[in-house]
Amino acid sequence: MRKKGIVGHLESVNEYEREPIPQSKLKGLKSFIGMYAGEHTAGTEFVIGPLFVAHGVTAFDLVFGLLIGNILAVLSWALMTAPIAVKTRLTMYYQLEKIVGRSLVKFYNVVNGIMFTFLAGSMIAVSATAVGIPFGLTMPSLHDMLPNSLGWIVAVFAIGAITTVVAMFGYQQVSKFANVAAPWMILIFFAAAIAVLPDMGVKSVSDFWSVANEKIWTGIPLEGQSKFTIWHIIFFAWFVNMAMHIGMSDLSIFRYAKKWEYGFSPATGMFIGHYFAWLASGILYALFLQQSNNSTEFAPGVVAYNAAGIAGAVCVIIAGWTTANPTIYRAGLALQSVAPKWKTWKVTLVTGLITTLAACFPALVMRLLDFVAIYGFLLMPMGAVIFIDFYVLKKLGLKSDFAEKAGLNFNYAAGWAWILTLAVGLFLNQGMGMEIFFVGLPGWFIASVIYIIASKYYQSKVVFKTVSS
Amino acid sequence: MKTLLKILSYLALAGTIVPSIMVFMEKMDIDTNKNIMTVSMVLWFITAPFWVNKKAEETIL
Repeated sequence: MRKKGIVGHLESVNEYEREPIPQSKLKGLKSFIGMYAGEHTAGTEFVIGPLFVAHGVTAFDLVFGLLIGNILAVLSWALMTAPIAVKTRLTMYYQLEKIVGRSLVKFYNVVNGIMFTFLAGSMIAVSATAVGIPFGLTMPSLHDMLPNSLGWIVAVFAIGAITTVVAMFGYQQVSKFANVAAPWMILIFFAAAIAVLPDMGVKSVSDFWSVANEKIWTGIPLEGQSKFTIWHIIFFAWFVNMAMHIGMSDLSIFRYAKKWEYGFSPATGMFIGHYFAWLASGILYALFLQQSNNSTEFAPGVVAYNAAGIAGAVCVIIAGWTTANPTIYRAGLALQSVAPKWKTWKVTLVTGLITTLAACFPALVMRLLDFVAIYGFLLMPMGAVIFIDFYVLKKLGLKSDFAEKAGLNFNYAAGWAWILTLAVGLFLNQGMGMEIFFVGLPGWFIASVIYIIASKYYQSKVVFKTVSS
Repeated sequence: MKTLLKILSYLALAGTIVPSIMVFMEKMDIDTNKNIMTVSMVLWFITAPFWVNKKAEETIL
């Protein structure tokens, strides 16, 4: 029965994988609003909000930075991703394959799969901080990059094993469970934050702003943490899902939209999950710091348990697990492109093992902000390639979907755009000291310009070769 | 039956958020709030699966 479920699920995912979505299969606005609201209130939210506190952001910078950054993120979905999606109605992978060729898409899949693996690993680690509470587990601290105890490794492996097995056999059930949990999880974030406000010194609504400045987002980073400004917040909020909007992976979602205006629907996820949930988890962490005399321990499970009791700890476990599970499954599917003859469950098993090993390293949680920024930056150049290919190349007298038209497996123009953009990004980050959060914006323009120039050169060369041979 | 389950689910959601507001208004202590949240959690997870996924079937992917 379970196997049937998986086959059914895979068939539904693979449906219209290489053809446009027919008119009869388009979805209404409600589907998108619900999906984005649920998807962006996840385990990561229990980490990101507290890390903003640790990085010493001020209340003003956070409140207005998140507002601006989230609006920019929604506009990126609405003005860049959705209009292309409703015109092509293809998955991102197929759209990319037409432009860059099958071999380069495989390479993209491997990078995507590896990133998914680490993301899932961080969520397993987050769950472990809640599971470990009744066992008195020594929790990792903000400075821990390596496993800090045998107990931590055992807890991570236990959760990793369960998550992997469920990803192998019961993805559909987890997906359904995540849908059930979503409304409750959202309320737990809010309820826990509201309930601890009196302990922070907020006795009435009018007290909030002064307490927020003096006790929550004080503007002073914890020891060993870099200082975040409003620019960090704006760019982080904008680019936290860079792979999805500017990176175009949500073409696969919006191909189902009746109108491009549905591209504004991620606003639900941004303003519930990436605004209020980040503020709420920051408040909970500030209370933990106050009660623990600025302990460097960083354990979202403990933070939630202190504020909301068993419900809080369970919320962290469920949020981490329901994020990790589909992410391992998606990582497996992405990596399967390298070994297509392997059964999905075998790839998922190997992926789950790698994920679990990665989760043993608390660095994945402590450096989550950097990791998410790197993840977006690594995949973004292919989004720029799709955007330029769709809107610009024809106007310059060049061919769009060049790999498909020229019968290529590897469009070197796109390959150069990707590699050179990453190289320039690395130089800006390591050589010029530009923080990773800010590299994405110049990176998009660099990728676009390189793709145009390289296409001009490469397309004429390929045509020349074809003519001369 | 489904209507009854829905009412219980909504009561569970109310039991998650309302006591916290009462704590904020200093009309309830935080330990009582935590207990009510735990009971509400159990109530939500035994009632919501019977009707929430009817909606989920209409979602994308």
